[in-house]
Amino acid sequence: MARPLSAPAGTLRREVSDALVFALIATALALPFIGIYTVPATAGLRLATRLPDLVAIAGLAFVGRLGLGLARGPWAAGAAVLGLAVAAIGWVGLLPSREVAVFAIAAGLVVLIRGAMRAARGSAEPGAGRRTGADALADGAARLLPYLGPVLFVVALVLPFLPFVDRRLLDLAILVLTYVMLGWGLNIVVGLAGLLDLGYVAFYAVGAYSFALLALHFDWGFWACLPLAGLFAALFGILLGFPVLRLRGDYLAIVTLGFGEMIRIVLVNWTSLTNGPNGISGIPRPSFFGLEFTREPQPGTQSFHQFFGLEFSTLHRVIFLYYLILVLALVTNFFTLRIRRLPLGRAWEALREDEIACRAIGINPTNTKLAAFAIGAMFGGFAGTFFAARQTFVSPESFTFIESAIILAIVVLGGMGSQLGVVLAALLLIGIPEWFRELQDYRMIAFGAAMVAVMIWRPRGLLAVREPTIRLGRRRRGAPS
Amino acid sequence: MNASPPLLDVSNLTIRFGGLLAVDAVSFRADDRAITAIIGPNGAGKTTVFNCLTGFYRPSSGALALRHGGQSFALEAMPDHRIAAEARLARTFQNIRLFPQMTVLENLILAQHRTLMRASGYTILALVGLGGYARAERAAVERARFWLDRVGLLAHADDEAASLAYGDQRRLEIARAMCTDPVLLCLDEPAAGLNARETGALSALLGEIRDDHGVAILLIEHDMALVMAISDRIVVLEYGRKIADGPPSAVRADPAVIAAYLGTGDSDGMAAV
Repeated sequence: MARPLSAPAGTLRREVSDALVFALIATALALPFIGIYTVPATAGLRLATRLPDLVAIAGLAFVGRLGLGLARGPWAAGAAVLGLAVAAIGWVGLLPSREVAVFAIAAGLVVLIRGAMRAARGSAEPGAGRRTGADALADGAARLLPYLGPVLFVVALVLPFLPFVDRRLLDLAILVLTYVMLGWGLNIVVGLAGLLDLGYVAFYAVGAYSFALLALHFDWGFWACLPLAGLFAALFGILLGFPVLRLRGDYLAIVTLGFGEMIRIVLVNWTSLTNGPNGISGIPRPSFFGLEFTREPQPGTQSFHQFFGLEFSTLHRVIFLYYLILVLALVTNFFTLRIRRLPLGRAWEALREDEIACRAIGINPTNTKLAAFAIGAMFGGFAGTFFAARQTFVSPESFTFIESAIILAIVVLGGMGSQLGVVLAALLLIGIPEWFRELQDYRMIAFGAAMVAVMIWRPRGLLAVREPTIRLGRRRRGAPS
Repeated sequence: MNASPPLLDVSNLTIRFGGLLAVDAVSFRADDRAITAIIGPNGAGKTTVFNCLTGFYRPSSGALALRHGGQSFALEAMPDHRIAAEARLARTFQNIRLFPQMTVLENLILAQHRTLMRASGYTILALVGLGGYARAERAAVERARFWLDRVGLLAHADDEAASLAYGDQRRLEIARAMCTDPVLLCLDEPAAGLNARETGALSALLGEIRDDHGVAILLIEHDMALVMAISDRIVVLEYGRKIADGPPSAVRADPAVIAAYLGTGDSDGMAAV
C-alpha cells in the first residue's frame, strides 16, 4: 500500500508500482466525482461521462506520485524534469480542461521544486545530513528576525512617500493595518490570555456603530467618539466575559461565536436604532486637528490644503487615514508590549498556561479574564471607529463571522502571542489575496495553499518564539530558538 | 505547647461526592513551625483533604480554621485564590503544575502577583510609568533569586520551566509556593519520582523551611523513611477516616496503622512501611 513520503526511496521498480497503486486509488475516487456528471435532458437529468478528464487525472496522480517518490532518491534530477514536463503540458493546453491544467501546473511545480531541492544538495547519501533546506531557511530567517520589526516599522513610516506607491496600494496598506490592529487586539485575548474568542468582530461592530450613532444623533466628531467607542466595546467585552468565565477551549469558542452573531443579528433587526440592513451612512470623516480634508471648507473654517498651502488632492485624506491607523495600531502594539511586562500581562500568560496553578498562587482568575476581554474588546472598538470613519458608512454586512475567523487566523497563523507574527500573517492573509485580485477565484487556491504550507512547516505559527518578560541574566546571543 | 491555639484546626471535615463518602468527619491540627504529615494507602482521601484546605473543593460539612497574626480565616468559605493570597496557604500538586512555557524566573515572579499588582497601581499607574513598580519588581526578583539559590536552580533562571528535569520541576514548584510568602505550605507527594539523593536534599530543604523561615508544612507523602525522619506529627487516614494521629514513634507502633498498611491476617500486604 501507499507508504508515507517521508520513507526513504526504494528501487525504481518499487516507486513505479507504488505510483500505480496510488493512481488506481485516485481513479476509483475520481470516478464518481469527475468521471460522471449530470446534464439536463428532456425528462429530468441524464448521466454523461467525462472520460478524458478521468484519464488525465489518473495519469496526473501516477506521474505526481512517481515524481514525489523519485525526488527522494538518486533520480531527483529526473523527477525535476518530469515535474517541469507535466507543468509544461498543463501550460500549453494539451489537457482536456482548464481545471485539470491548473492542477497539472501546480503538481508539476511541486515535483519540480522537491526534485530540484534534492538534486541541489548533491548526491548526499540518505541519512547523512538530517538538516533539510527548510531548516536552513528557518535558520537564516531567525538571524534576520531581530531586524525585521524595525525594518517594517521604517517602511510603514515612509510608505506614503515612496515613489511607486499609488492610491490603490495605500488603500490596501490601510486595510492591512486595520487587520494588524485587530490582530493585535485579539492577540491579547487569544494569544496572551489563551481565551479562544470566535466573536471578536462583535467589538469591532460595537466600535463602528457607537461612532456612527453618536455622529448621527449628537453630531459628535471622530476624536470625541474614539475613546467612547473604545469604552463601549470594553463594556461589551465584560458583558461577554461574565457568562463565559467558567468556560474554556471549544466551549468558550462556541459561546463567543454565538455572541458575535447575536450582535450582528441585533444590528440587522433593531431597525429603529440601526437602520437595519441598510446601514448608516454619512458618518463624518476624521479631521486633522480640526482641519477638514475638503476642497471647499465651510465658511469661516480652513481646510487642510489651505492651511498648509498645498494644492488640493484627495490623496491627502488617504495619507492621513493611513497614518491614523498606523498610530492606532502602534498604540495597540506598545500597550501590549508594555503590559506583558506588568503583573497583569504575566497573569494572562499564566492563565493560558494553567488556570488551576494560577488559583493556587493567589491570582484572581475572574478579574484577570475580564480585564483581558475588556482590553482586547477596547482595541477592537477603536479599530471599528476607524473603520466607520474611513468608510463613512456602516452596515451589519461588514461584521459577519468570516471577519472573526480571518482575525483569528491572523493571530494563530502569526504564532499565538507574537506581535510581529500578526503583522506577517496580516500581510499574507489580507495583502496577498487583495493584491492578486485579478486572479479571481484562483487567489483563494493560493491562499489555501499558503495556509497548508504554514501548517506543514510552521505548525505553531510563523513566529512561535516566546520572548521572556523578565530575565535574571544578560541576554544570551545565539540561544537556541 | 498545647496552650496556644494551633495554626490549622480541622474539625469534623466531611466530603461527599454524590453517594461516595470520601472524607468522613476527620479532625486534626497542624502546629506552627512544625511538619505535619498525612499518610495513608492510596484512595484514603489525603489529596481530597488538601483540595478542601486550598479551596478547590467545598467541604460538605466541617470547619477549617487557619489562625495567624491574630486573625482567623474560615477556609471552607473562601475562594481558592483568596486562600492563597490572604490566608497565606500555599500548595504544590501531585502532578506538577508549573507554567510550562514561561521561564523559571517568571514562575516565581508570578507567585508574587498580589504584591506586584498593588505596586503597579493595578496596572494603571505602572502603564504610564508612575508609582514604585520598578522597585517592587526588583524586590520580587531578589526574593525569586533567593529561593532559586536555595533550590539550586539559579543557573536555570531564564530557562523554560518545561525544559527542567523532573526533580528540578518539583523543587521549582516548592520555590514558587514559598514565593507567595505562606504561613502554611501544603506539599502533595513532593518526593514522588525523586531519586535517593534528591529525596535527601528535599528533606534538608523542608527542614530549613520549617526552622529558618518559620513556615509550617503539611505533607502528603508515601516515602515512609522521609515521613518518619522529618515529621513532627503524623495523621493516618484510611477509607476517609482518621485511624491514628501522633508523633512518628507512636504512629509507627500503632496496630491500626500496621493493619492498614500491611493488611490483617493473610491478606496481601503493601510493603510500604
